[in-house]
This record gives sequence, structure tokens and C-alpha cells, in this order.
Amino acid sequence: MHELSIVSSVVDTVQESLEKYPGARVVEVRLKVGALASVVVDSLEFCWGIATEGTALAGSRLVVLTVPVVMHCAHCDADVELDGVQSFRCPRCDEPCGDLRQGRELDIESFEIEEADEAETAAKREIGVKA
Amino acid sequence: MTTRIVELRRGILKKNDELAAGLRERYTAGGVLVLNLVSSPGTGKTAFLERTLRELRERGSKVAALVGDLETDNDARRLAASGAPVRQINTHGICHLDAEMISKHLDGWELADLDYLFIENVGNLVCPSSYDLGEKIRVALLSVTEGEDKPLKYPTLFNSADAAVITKMDIAEPCGFDRELALKNINEIRPGIRIFETSAKTGTGMEGWLGYLEEERVSRTR
Repeated sequence: MHELSIVSSVVDTVQESLEKYPGARVVEVRLKVGALASVVVDSLEFCWGIATEGTALAGSRLVVLTVPVVMHCAHCDADVELDGVQSFRCPRCDEPCGDLRQGRELDIESFEIEEADEAETAAKREIGVKA
Repeated sequence: MTTRIVELRRGILKKNDELAAGLRERYTAGGVLVLNLVSSPGTGKTAFLERTLRELRERGSKVAALVGDLETDNDARRLAASGAPVRQINTHGICHLDAEMISKHLDGWELADLDYLFIENVGNLVCPSSYDLGEKIRVALLSVTEGEDKPLKYPTLFNSADAAVITKMDIAEPCGFDRELALKNINEIRPGIRIFETSAKTGTGMEGWLGYLEEERVSRTR
């Protein structure tokens, strides 16, 4: 339900970072989303086109890397990956674990841009075209 | 044309997280225990909070509440009947409260004059779990009418909660509420969490809940 506002803040953040790369066009944006982040990946993708329309991100791809839940099991003294989010027990020893180490991520990892080459930009500048 | 990959590694909700961190510092400095109450619509957050505010006031505690809803100030009016200062936050369609809304609505309140501040979130078990409000304690509420598997259906919220409250215990029996199963499911998602079985109508379980609040206030705000 709140995916549009999540996607909108991704667009804002990328646009801010784009100020360093004038004239660049965004090709791809990569997000890292934990299994406990309470966002629906399909909805993020659905909102992407709407949120990027009319921005430097228009037409770009959204790539979502999902991250599983990792808990620290005190009994095994090890970080263990859970298969899902229906039971917070260590898959090795079946003891309950409450110490979350990974799985709530909701991050922008990176984005890929296409930039006009130096020479190209210089040429455009000369003939008065805005890069 | 050249392509380039720009590494950002930045939290999408960074702005909210930073604001929430600022709020958390203010709460700690003011010595006020802040709780964020989250549940589905109809669980009985408002009735539970009405009783909590009233009983805390009777014990001489200074309490206040912020209450979030899409529209109307009905809940704020109900809660204000307890005599506590209450403010309504209308989100106008937004499905959760965020740190900025809290910050705006705290204007003019002296946190140092309060013992407890309750934030009643918008009725929703999904979106509020992403937004830190700077609270010390996140409370997930579940009523006996909702089905014992609610924690399994909404693990992201129950897993991020510090305490769980079961409401409407007075009608548990006619509803065929399977208490053991509900407790087991909550523990499966959040092992070891404190669980309070309550009824705002009869007062069942309120003593334990209020005792917990007092303990937490003394230990966590120091």
C-alpha cells in the first residue's frame, strides 16, 4: 500500500545524486529489499513507471534484489539463514531465535547511468546545445 | 556515450530514520516513555488506550496521546475524555504515520512534563512496520475476533514488535478463540515477546500491562 511513496523517495534520492552527472540518463536502479521489509516487490515494479514519468529516470529498469532473513542463533553461536518468515527458529537446532541480523533492508544499492562523452558535451557546448 | 554505475548504498527511508533518531533523543532527554500501537482496524486500539490513559492518570502518571487516522477526529475525542492531552493526526489517505507527522504534532508539548506518550497508529498491519517513529516500544495488538494466525499472516509487524497485546478477552469464549494457538503463533514469529491478554471492557489483564509500562518507564528512560 505504501509502495508508491517508497518508490517516489527512490526517485527523489536518485535525482538528487544525478546533480553530479549533468545530462546523464538513468538506465537501471538496483534496490535491496529484505524479506521483512514489508514491501511487495510486484507493487514496487508496478509503481515504477508512474513514479519515474517525466523525470531523468523515465524508461529505466528497476531491479530488486531480495535478501533473506538471517538470525543469530545463540544456541549454535552462528548466523543462520531462515527459509521463510513463518517461524523464527534456527534451521539447525530448532531453537527459537530473536536476534535479527539481516532481513529488514530497504536500500538503494546503486544506479546505472549513460553519460554523454566529454568531447560530445564540449561540442554541444560550443554550438550552444544544453547538455 | 559512456555508462557508469553509481554506488549509493542508502536506506530508502533514510530521511524518516534520521528524523526518528532525532525524536528518540528528544524522548530520552525528556524522560518520557513512548509507545507505538499498531493493529488492524477494529482490534480495539482506541478502547484499550482509553482505559490505559484513564488508569495511568488515576495512578498519578502524566500521559498524552497522538492518534492517527485517515480522516475524522472521533478517536481523539474519545481519548480526550480521559482528561489526557490528545492530538489527532489526519493522514488524508496515507496508510501509516511517519516521523515527520509526529514531529509536527508534538509542537508546543513539553515532553519533560510527561511520563508516557502513546502513539496510536493508523489501523493497518503492513505499512506502519516500515516507519520508525522513534518509539521505545512497539506494541502489536490482536483481538480474539481476528483469528489466531494473524501473526503468521503479518510476520513483518509481529517480528518488529516489543510487546503483544491480545484484546477483547471478555468475548474469547463465544468467539471460539484458541488461546494456546494464538500464543504459540506469536512466539513463533517473535520468540520470547511479552504478551498481555486484556479486556478494556472488564479490565482483565490491565494490571499486568500497567506494571509492565511502569517497569519499562523506569528502566528504559534512564
